[in-house]
Amino acid sequence: MRKVGLIAALLSLSIAACVTNNPTPTSTSGESPAAGIPDSSRLAAIKGRGKLICGVEGTIPGFSFVDPSGKYSGLDVDVCRAVAAAIFNTATDIDSKIEYRNLDSTARFPALQNGEVDMLSRNTTWTLSRDSSGGNGLEFGPTTFFDGQGVLVSKASGIKDFAGLNGKSICVETGTTTELNLASRAKQNNITVNEVKFQDSNAAAAAYAEGRCEAFTSDRSQLAAKRTGLAKPDDHILLDDVLSKEPLGPVTINNDSALFDVVRWVTYGLFQAEEFGITQANVSTKLKDANPDVQNFLGTQGDLGKQLGLSNDFLVQSIQAVGNYGEIFERNVGTNSKLKIDRGLNKLWTNGGLIYSPPFR
Amino acid sequence: MVHHHSNPSPLTDMSQLFFLVWLRKNLFNSWINTILTILLGTLLFNSLLKFGHWAGNFAKWEVIPQNLPLYFVGRFPPGEYWRLWLFLSLLMLMTGLTWGVLTRLSKGYLFNPTVLCGLALAVLTISIWPFIGDQPLLIRLQLSGLIVLLSVTAQISYWCGHPSFPWGQRLTLGWVVIFLIGLWLIMGGLGLPAISSIAWGGVLLTALMSLVSSILSFPFGILLALGRQSSLPVIRGLSTLYIELVRGMPLITILFVGLIMVPLFLPSGWRLDVVFRAILGLTLFVSAYLAETIRGGLQAIPKGQFEAANSLGLNTPLTLGLIILPQALKISIPAIVGLFISLLQDTTLVSIVGLFDLLGISRSILANPIFIGRHAEVYLFIGVLYWLLCYLMSQGSRYLEKQLRSHP
Repeated sequence: MRKVGLIAALLSLSIAACVTNNPTPTSTSGESPAAGIPDSSRLAAIKGRGKLICGVEGTIPGFSFVDPSGKYSGLDVDVCRAVAAAIFNTATDIDSKIEYRNLDSTARFPALQNGEVDMLSRNTTWTLSRDSSGGNGLEFGPTTFFDGQGVLVSKASGIKDFAGLNGKSICVETGTTTELNLASRAKQNNITVNEVKFQDSNAAAAAYAEGRCEAFTSDRSQLAAKRTGLAKPDDHILLDDVLSKEPLGPVTINNDSALFDVVRWVTYGLFQAEEFGITQANVSTKLKDANPDVQNFLGTQGDLGKQLGLSNDFLVQSIQAVGNYGEIFERNVGTNSKLKIDRGLNKLWTNGGLIYSPPFR
Repeated sequence: MVHHHSNPSPLTDMSQLFFLVWLRKNLFNSWINTILTILLGTLLFNSLLKFGHWAGNFAKWEVIPQNLPLYFVGRFPPGEYWRLWLFLSLLMLMTGLTWGVLTRLSKGYLFNPTVLCGLALAVLTISIWPFIGDQPLLIRLQLSGLIVLLSVTAQISYWCGHPSFPWGQRLTLGWVVIFLIGLWLIMGGLGLPAISSIAWGGVLLTALMSLVSSILSFPFGILLALGRQSSLPVIRGLSTLYIELVRGMPLITILFVGLIMVPLFLPSGWRLDVVFRAILGLTLFVSAYLAETIRGGLQAIPKGQFEAANSLGLNTPLTLGLIILPQALKISIPAIVGLFISLLQDTTLVSIVGLFDLLGISRSILANPIFIGRHAEVYLFIGVLYWLLCYLMSQGSRYLEKQLRSHP
């Protein structure tokens, strides 16, 4: 009986330790919530809790992974950091203000809907059915990575474009849109390809590495990552043809404009910072910039931040935490990183890409 | 040397002869076995050769030492590692104490050849393992210190344990205390900085989850097993319903329910810790299976035992607690340990719900652009770790069985 009592005590102790009550911010936090944030918004809850819970994938090279020191790293992760820096108005030790949650593709939307996570930044393609209130009921922020399905071939194969795949064998992951896209594009181009199907993309990549197929198709960012794992990465090239559109970006829940606007405008702020030439290194000197647009942007004048329910210099904090969009891209997936992904569509609109921010006015 | 070669001693000659006889008796005793031996031997040798070739020439092992802390403790803050070291020391102290006392009680040898081999292997691994980090020498010293602590405590308690002292109860109490201190050191609070469970990972999380769910599932499993045997129809029905319901669901479904549906039942603003939810799911799952295992043990107890207890005037709780359960649990030990070993392996499923158990952290490490394509090395390594954990469990259970057999 003594043992049973002990176990019961243990059980109740652990339950007590595990349930944490996060009271509504109005009741405990000293400062009153900024004007314009309704109590029902998750933004108020995030501020009250003092932590942003950001859903990431956690296992995508260059986008989110854990480095040897135990820190999260990647393009998606930096978006979380920028948002947290803006909300909590600090750039120092920003990871202590974020709780990352790994979510796989089946768990991601339910986790967002039931409040497990505040936002997603995990390679989620923006589609109508996910955005609409009749579908998943989500809000998609600005696209932070324009991905698309691509094809990897070896230089030795002599294949130069998609039409050159006629009669060749292609490794593809089965049961995905990747497989469907490949079939429809082959039909469009009037070519026949031999699909060699695999249950998961790692197996497909391994088969390609062993030479079982002459080409391998998947999302271009994935192909770039898989290529670095090949014995001689430089012997393989990504074809210029893009088989599908995969715009990836941060996601929040429907009917929460306060939080969604913050996520959207912080992301745009990263784009705009690159356009203004504001970097992690020079943001403090840019505070004295004479350009009124830059002054508005950085909050040295005007009250743009306040309108979002943040402090006026919220973007200064974001940029100090992670840098502008170009810096984030280069550091994590760009030509200077291991993945060596060309900016392509992800160039600024001024350079012929699709990265474009509405004006900060 | 030349002398030995030209004139082998009779001893080596004899052992060589025995070896040949053994070979002939076990591997070449008929022509079909000879062919099988040669075929399988060639296959095995070839695979080993290929593996050795790969391991030596193509594998890039730096993915293991560079991420070593991640495999063992996940994203636990490095500044708080001392808490884990302290916990490990306490654990070694307690293990040594228990080991010494039990060996003394069973009049066995403390350092039998198997144990010595194990210790030697551990020391060897510690001395040649390529630690990469700030203070590799310190880590070597700390790990060796733990082994010394274990051996010395075992020896001291072996010498000093007095037979008349009620060691059994004290040891159980000691383990409970160590467990609570361990939880406190890992979780923090009460004076220590709290560490969010989301930062736990690797072996730490895997071991913690399987240990805590094993312990918690025990009372539930026993109650369910008794409930299913009960003569009260409502209790019997409910127990059967629960067992059949849970056994009809895959574990991953239960974990997803915990992740996705539990927050919907909680009042808004309340959040239930993810690790706690995973442990809850594992416990609910494994208690159903445990109940059936224990029921098997209960049914193996002869009816005469119940009748004997009744004739002594014992009521039902006393009959169960003093006569039936101790016997039923004892004969169920192998099955129960099998269940707990599979529970340990089932914890890999929590990586799907976003926790960094050993498998989950490995998947994240493999996504590091520096380590892309190192699947074989990483999975081989964590395979060895899982095997070690499971092997220790099964050895522990065999030891326990032996103890219970000699001291009924």
